[in-house]
Amino acid sequence: MIEQDNSYHITLVPNDKSARLNLGEVWQYRDLVVLLTKRTFTVTYQQTVLGPLWIIINPVLSSLIYMFVFGHIADIGTAGIPQILFYFVSSAVWEIFAFSLTRNSQTFVANAYLFSKVYFPRICVPISNMIVSILKFLIQLLIVAVLLVTFVVRGDVSPMWALYPLLPLLFLQMAVFGMSVGVLISSVTTKYRDLLAVVNVLVNLWMYGSAVVYPISSIPDGVMKTLVKINPVSEMMELIRMIMLGQGEFDLVYYLAGLGITILMFFFSIIIFNRVERTFADTV
Amino acid sequence: MSTVDNKNGNTERKVMIRVSGLKKKYRLGKIGARTLQGAIKEWRSRDKNSDAKAPSAKTNRNKEFYALDGIDLTVYKGETLGILGKNGAGKSTLLKILCRITAPTEGTVDLYGHITSMLEVGTGFHGEMTGRENIYLNGAILGMTKAEIDEKMDDIIAFSGLEEFIDTPVKRYSSGMFVKLGFSVAYHLDSEIVIMDEVLAVGDVEFQKKCINCLLDAANNDIRTVLYVSHNMNTIRQLCKRCIVLDKGKIIFEGDVDQAIAVYLGSEAVMPSEMKYGPEHRSKDYQRMRARDVFSLDSFRLLNRKEPVFPTSGEAEFELAYTAAKEIKNVGFRIQLQYQDGSRIASSLPGNLVDILPGENKIKLTLPLTHLTYGRYTADIVVYQLDAGGIERRIDAVSPGFTFQIESAHDKDDYSKWNQQKMGAIRLLDSKVESLPES
Repeated sequence: MIEQDNSYHITLVPNDKSARLNLGEVWQYRDLVVLLTKRTFTVTYQQTVLGPLWIIINPVLSSLIYMFVFGHIADIGTAGIPQILFYFVSSAVWEIFAFSLTRNSQTFVANAYLFSKVYFPRICVPISNMIVSILKFLIQLLIVAVLLVTFVVRGDVSPMWALYPLLPLLFLQMAVFGMSVGVLISSVTTKYRDLLAVVNVLVNLWMYGSAVVYPISSIPDGVMKTLVKINPVSEMMELIRMIMLGQGEFDLVYYLAGLGITILMFFFSIIIFNRVERTFADTV
Repeated sequence: MSTVDNKNGNTERKVMIRVSGLKKKYRLGKIGARTLQGAIKEWRSRDKNSDAKAPSAKTNRNKEFYALDGIDLTVYKGETLGILGKNGAGKSTLLKILCRITAPTEGTVDLYGHITSMLEVGTGFHGEMTGRENIYLNGAILGMTKAEIDEKMDDIIAFSGLEEFIDTPVKRYSSGMFVKLGFSVAYHLDSEIVIMDEVLAVGDVEFQKKCINCLLDAANNDIRTVLYVSHNMNTIRQLCKRCIVLDKGKIIFEGDVDQAIAVYLGSEAVMPSEMKYGPEHRSKDYQRMRARDVFSLDSFRLLNRKEPVFPTSGEAEFELAYTAAKEIKNVGFRIQLQYQDGSRIASSLPGNLVDILPGENKIKLTLPLTHLTYGRYTADIVVYQLDAGGIERRIDAVSPGFTFQIESAHDKDDYSKWNQQKMGAIRLLDSKVESLPES
């Protein structure tokens, strides 16, 4: 890595409380991030019959269930968007957030052994998990494209094509927010593992408050609606659907607030994470 | 930044690691409350000081100990430093701090070079991935970029000697292959400082030799600085030029390797002239053995000396007390010697067998110490019965049975010229030389 670098010098000091992001160091380890991402894919789909097809099967199954439960039984509208398209896009976008969150909430616990044996910037692991969530979504986008073309040709949806370049940023925001929450949970749970037990329940509850299985427009004005809109995920979800599918009730103020929360959460969680990583080996 | 201690031209030595006033504190008992419930309980008991319900938790809380208690150390470029110490002396903690796995409690560490930690080899290997894929992953974890790994891939594979298996998932590897691959990756890092914790203990002899030679070469050429922790005195002697001995979180000795080993062993071994045998002298297998109910050695007492210190070619006479449940015929006592570094060097077989009487009795043993040279030895005593079929059945074994020392004999028989490092612990009978007539 280094050519007898004479200027290299680091000082290890007692556990200070200073806030550090250390993102420069992550850049040095960028290949590790890539390899960790690869590893996740290799390991997840090794010894499965269908392999990476599961990435597509899962959201297809859940959108079918949503169609049945929320579309037919509960009869919640989809703001004029064809149900299969609405639910598939929503659940795929939600998965970016949910996967990023749940997977990262285990960071310290799942990697305890590795972390206690060798040093590298620990944040590489959450970042790689986040990339996995985005890559999985990109694969699911193939199905979205097929559905979208079908319905556009039939004239059922009219997407806002001009705003499509914004979508990658929104997907990224979704992933970053999920990662930040997950990383925060993982930092807190090195000491108190209680939270880990409820993460899945929490994520499920969050989904119902995030306009995944219903459009924001279907909620009557009132406290409930405000609560849903305060949730940064709802506004991202609604904006993504509005651009991709042409229908949505988007509120710029709430969205910007959500963006602010995402950015704050990102820095806050990484600072906490970096603080925990320094003494993590003593607490496991 | 002054990375150079001594600016006298040629003799200038670059500091690679400077540790000053390093302390690491741990709490005894449970480390940290694991659940929220625990934290709340703890917080409540702290709140109500008089609360009688949680006094134990409270006292436990306050018990802290220093795994490292003020370490000052400077390591120069190209040095191979051995770190000795009993279990719990703080070796691993020191390495963990240097490797940045955990942070110090007090003091600072300055590192003037990149560090490879080999606290364990093959860290991060995943069984489902092939050897090649694991090289990439492991290399990246240790801080290499993909381009660097690509460049060194062939060398790494060649060094490990696993060409045939490199595209097989490592879950099919033997543990030896696993270690070889791990070491090869770590060895090919370009870091200036290598930290090793007994990783060489695994792998076959040939591979160990290869590793040591490579590290020695690198250290001799001033490329690398090696910090090595081991309980194996032989590798320490081969590899290290300087040693520190840690005890209870402090450096109790720093300097020459042989002296350090002596200090380390001295801090460990005691030489009583009388001792009682208990479970701590027996291996777990023997504690479980049924024969222990039938026969057991109870104590050792030295007869011909006050202290277990003998001249060269001396004799140790001692008595062993035993308890036997019944009469046992044809019993032999074998004495197996270990040199101070733990290597097994010699054994003495019984010249005659005895019959053991039931009850508590004593026997006297005489052990000639001919051929042993200066040093400290421990003797294990193995008691066995020779049954009718000529098969040995162990009925008891104590380790260590006793510890003794052979004095250096300066005057007689050329023992003063005996160099243990080169010549070993045993002196064979002198050879005879005759000049042959010209043919």
